[in-house]
Amino acid sequence: MPVQNFESHFQEKIDADVRIEPKDWMPEKYRQTLIRQISQHAHSEIVGMLPEGNWISRAPSLKRKQILIAKVQDEAGHGLYLYSAAETLGISRDEMIGQLHSGKAKYSSIFNYPTLTWADMGAIGWLVDGAAIMNQVPLCRTSYGPYSRAMIRVCKEESFHQRQGFESLLVLSRGTPEQRAMVQDAIDRWWWPSLMMFGPHDSESLHSEQSMKWKIKRFSNDELRQRFVDMIAEQVKLLGMTLPDPDLKWNEERSHYDFGKINWEEFWNVVSGNGPCNKQRLDARKKAWDDGAWVREAAKAHAEKRAARNKQQAA
Amino acid sequence: MNKELFIYTLHLADNALILAQRNSEWTGHGPVLEQDIAITNIALDLLGQARNYYQHAAALYNSLSDHDKNSLEGSLPRPWKSFHRELQEDDLAFLRDEHQYRNLLLTELPKGDWAFTVLRQFFFSAFQHLFYQELLQSSDPQLAAIAEKSSKEVAYHLRWSSEWVVRLGDGTEESHRRMQEALADLWMFTGEFFTAAGYEQAAATEGFGVDVLLLREAWLKKVEAVFAEATLEPPKQSWSQSGGKSGQHTEHLGYLLAEMQYLQRVYPNTTW
Ligand SMILES: [Fe+2]
Ligand SMILES: [Fe+2]
Ligand SMILES: [Fe+2]
Repeated sequence: MPVQNFESHFQEKIDADVRIEPKDWMPEKYRQTLIRQISQHAHSEIVGMLPEGNWISRAPSLKRKQILIAKVQDEAGHGLYLYSAAETLGISRDEMIGQLHSGKAKYSSIFNYPTLTWADMGAIGWLVDGAAIMNQVPLCRTSYGPYSRAMIRVCKEESFHQRQGFESLLVLSRGTPEQRAMVQDAIDRWWWPSLMMFGPHDSESLHSEQSMKWKIKRFSNDELRQRFVDMIAEQVKLLGMTLPDPDLKWNEERSHYDFGKINWEEFWNVVSGNGPCNKQRLDARKKAWDDGAWVREAAKAHAEKRAARNKQQAA
Repeated sequence: MNKELFIYTLHLADNALILAQRNSEWTGHGPVLEQDIAITNIALDLLGQARNYYQHAAALYNSLSDHDKNSLEGSLPRPWKSFHRELQEDDLAFLRDEHQYRNLLLTELPKGDWAFTVLRQFFFSAFQHLFYQELLQSSDPQLAAIAEKSSKEVAYHLRWSSEWVVRLGDGTEESHRRMQEALADLWMFTGEFFTAAGYEQAAATEGFGVDVLLLREAWLKKVEAVFAEATLEPPKQSWSQSGGKSGQHTEHLGYLLAEMQYLQRVYPNTTW
């Protein structure tokens, strides 16, 4: 079959919502797009452990410590599923991690912001995991089988994280004046970066159109961002807090909230490496990896010794 | 109830909490993702055990007569005394001073490298594994129930840490050297497992606790078996450090508590 036929057959499957599996033929660009997107998502989970990990040792109660550790551990699990999904496309985990460390692969910019108070743990769960869910729920139906299956597991846990985050803010919002101020401050700092998690406007988005056609993506950045704003603008009322946007207003005609202009200069700055914690986050990942090198080598050496001994015994 | 049961329960709680705190320092920084998850799991199990013990200790205290309460004065969190409400698990964890903590010194040592962490876990889990078999028979039903629930977790901790001791001991030259260094640093802290504090002696006599002295031989046997596979040798040296069980700690605990307790100290009696 000439390549065109493969391609049209592939697109027919996509159009009919048939999942693409690892052994199926796929256009090279489809494969590359998926590797880029899935590995970027996996890296986000792993780097995302750092800002929240920053508060594990200082969590204010045993219960909160337990919830936080379990949450950060869930993110490690998400990283694992996603690396495994990407590996089905013919790239190894080590290679992907190498790309993260060299700066070739990106991760979500949100994790380049610092976690300054305990309320940031709640705000991250509510806003950051919340935005992640908006982005990810449609991915449960994405065209590539292993990715969509990984996302189904991930999304279940992410919505749990979001509820926990909101609940933790709710407790603080009913607490002392200091705690309430902490919540408002955390919302003020995390709101705009959360909106940026949906990526550039549709008109500026590099990869969107092709990804929609291949059903890797199913909704546009702006659509998802609007849904998120509509949801959070309501939930924030339950906390008795406000969002830091003077232009936020319900628009009867559109049946949506209008909201202010995003600071894209900040967005691109952080993406290109100049956020408050870019260097720190990447350094922490590299350090963990480098410090672990001898451990991984030892595990490998021991496994080989053991295999050799078993073979000898069997002979 | 007696005074010793309260202190004894705190001692068990403190061991679990402090080691959980140390292990959770690895979360997000493990040598490989699967092991990051594994050490975090152990931290979570230990934290769960600690909560069970602290809740038990708080309930024990709250049900005491005023006379008995007074006799425990020195073990109570100072700031809590001005709250005028019942004692809670978090008061015990976050508001006691360093010298009121009764954990083993072994648990409070900084996490070190992966060799140090897995060897400490192995020593501790090998001990806890034996300990819980005995605590199952505790005359205190709550302690027996915690032992039952925890022993399943600890069986896994022991298997996991034994495997790592073997892997690193019998891995590369570097990993073997690091294990030996960890061993040289840790060995002197293992004697404290078997040096009973006063409240432990009382606990054993009265039947709610374990005679730790009796666990020594089985513990050594387990260590020797795993070490043989790991090509490591238990040091001959018999000098041991102790004091943690009675509140005399290393310099490390103060920093650990300062960090862990910070929010509860800055915002006393606040709900989080
Ligand atoms: Fe995610
Ligand atoms: Fe996640
Ligand atoms: Fe999450």
